Amino acid sequence: MVAEFFLRLNAENPLLLGLIRVLFVVIAILSLVPPLIWWERRLLSWMQDRIGPNRSGTITFPDSFPLKGLAGKKVRTFGLIQPLLDGLKLFLKEDITPNSVDRKIYFIAPAIALFPAFALGATLPWGPSTGLYGILTPVADVEIGILYVLAISSLGAYGIVLAGYASNNKYSMMGALRASAQLISYELAMAMSVAAIIMATGSMKLTQVVSAQEEPLWGVVPWAHNWFILTPFGLISAIIFLIAVIAETNRAPFDLPEAENELIAGYHTEYSSMKFAVFFMGEYAAMFIFSGVFATLFLGGYNILPIDWSYLAATTGNGFFKMLAGANYWLAPLVFLGKCFMGITFFIWLRATLPRLRYDQLMDLGWKSMLPIAVANFIVVGLWIICTTLYGAGGGWIAAIAAMILFVILYLNILNTSRKANPATATRSITMVKSPTKTESP
Amino acid sequence: MTLNQIAFIVLSCLALFGAVGVVFFNTPVRSAMALVVNFFTLGLVYFMLGSELIGITQIMVYAGAIMVLFLFVIMILKSTNDTDKPQLGERRFLFSLLGAGIVFGMIYRYVIMPTMGRTDIQFTRTYGTPQEIGKTLFTQYAWPFEIVSMLLLVGIVGSIMLAKRKF
Repeated sequence: MVAEFFLRLNAENPLLLGLIRVLFVVIAILSLVPPLIWWERRLLSWMQDRIGPNRSGTITFPDSFPLKGLAGKKVRTFGLIQPLLDGLKLFLKEDITPNSVDRKIYFIAPAIALFPAFALGATLPWGPSTGLYGILTPVADVEIGILYVLAISSLGAYGIVLAGYASNNKYSMMGALRASAQLISYELAMAMSVAAIIMATGSMKLTQVVSAQEEPLWGVVPWAHNWFILTPFGLISAIIFLIAVIAETNRAPFDLPEAENELIAGYHTEYSSMKFAVFFMGEYAAMFIFSGVFATLFLGGYNILPIDWSYLAATTGNGFFKMLAGANYWLAPLVFLGKCFMGITFFIWLRATLPRLRYDQLMDLGWKSMLPIAVANFIVVGLWIICTTLYGAGGGWIAAIAAMILFVILYLNILNTSRKANPATATRSITMVKSPTKTESP
Repeated sequence: MTLNQIAFIVLSCLALFGAVGVVFFNTPVRSAMALVVNFFTLGLVYFMLGSELIGITQIMVYAGAIMVLFLFVIMILKSTNDTDKPQLGERRFLFSLLGAGIVFGMIYRYVIMPTMGRTDIQFTRTYGTPQEIGKTLFTQYAWPFEIVSMLLLVGIVGSIMLAKRKF
């Protein structure tokens, strides 16, 4: 019935349906950001052996309370409304604008920072492309789905750069410069890792990327799905993409633009009240959407497990598998949200685990490790495609794995020796402990 | 007026404002931002013409990458707004008239004249798709493409040589 309604709307008033599609994405992001902030604070404090926000919203009903079930009891919300109260506090705070800022750019920068985070979700399919979900998602199934994501995410630098410039503050400026350099560096590795996936799929449409992951696993196992993270080159792509995403969203351990022990608060040092809240929200929205992009590219999108339920149902004739296939279809949005949630949990876990990188380490990682690996991976995918068309699935995999081993040997033998023991850059603390520089003795 | 026409008018007005802003803003950062607006809206106009790949390339390469580098350089150089304007003196008016005349003449010769009076311009369904552009680029224009890639390689190697730390 719902499906019929939307089908009719699609035929009669496509513009209205388009707006509804946009609203689904925007409302999902807007309503899920506060719980994300709560989850980050609670999970982080649990990992750091603290308690975290758990008091707000605890109501103790008096013994004389008219409802007998509630009288004398405590209702806990585990601090779930803390982010809402924080938002309220930010609304009511005094909005300080320093005197010497470039006013127009200072005001417009948070809005520019928020725009890419919301616009990114436009090509993400959060449900299957057939039936009801096919009408509702994605907002625009354009030919250039992945390129759109890359293009919009590269616009994310502007909000930060303009905020840093307009604040007229050394620390803000340093933060902005760091952020833009970091974005440009990691975008390359990100684009190369995605290019490998585009080649393996043969299309840039994100719906096509998902349906390419519903093919038989490795081209030979018919009852399993070929999620890209299960293939060798896809795994490498996934790792590189994940690292690049963390750098793009300025999260720990790549949060140099807002490193508080060096730059106060980085690019948003001079921002207070709602303008700061907008930056904060943009960061979380970007995290959320990028987790969705990761799920779409590597984790099979909205499918719950890499198992082809309808194939199993057809071959075994078991009704249970048929039911699971139905569940896989109807629960698709929830599964997609769950995958986003897992991605964010991973982000938080990393923040709790890893210390912040130093700036030259950050650049080394981006340019000297991730980019070469991504390019090598790209060549491996090309070989795999050629050999698969020439010799079938088995030949393709043999060629791909052989090429990977070759690259690893090359890396260990040639590239690794050229970077040994440069006294100017060998300042990692662990190296210093192991081989301390000789102090001049009297 | 159809929806497409309204969208086109809005987008092209924005693009024009951006282009004018590049010239007339006083601070370099604002000029650069006006250029970003211009590039971005031009990309959207390409979308409307059905050529998504060109549009997204415009946004990704120009608005996303090149202008970020521009901003970077402007911010590092910290140029102030007063002294750096080019001075043409009394011949300024003549020069600007000449430049405008050349530009409009070229637009008339190469854009307006060939399309005047024609209403039958239509594209095939696959026009501007990534597949089609890829095929054309790697078959018909393979030779220029390879030469351009060599040029870029030379550029990269040259910039590394210039920026390399001298020990």
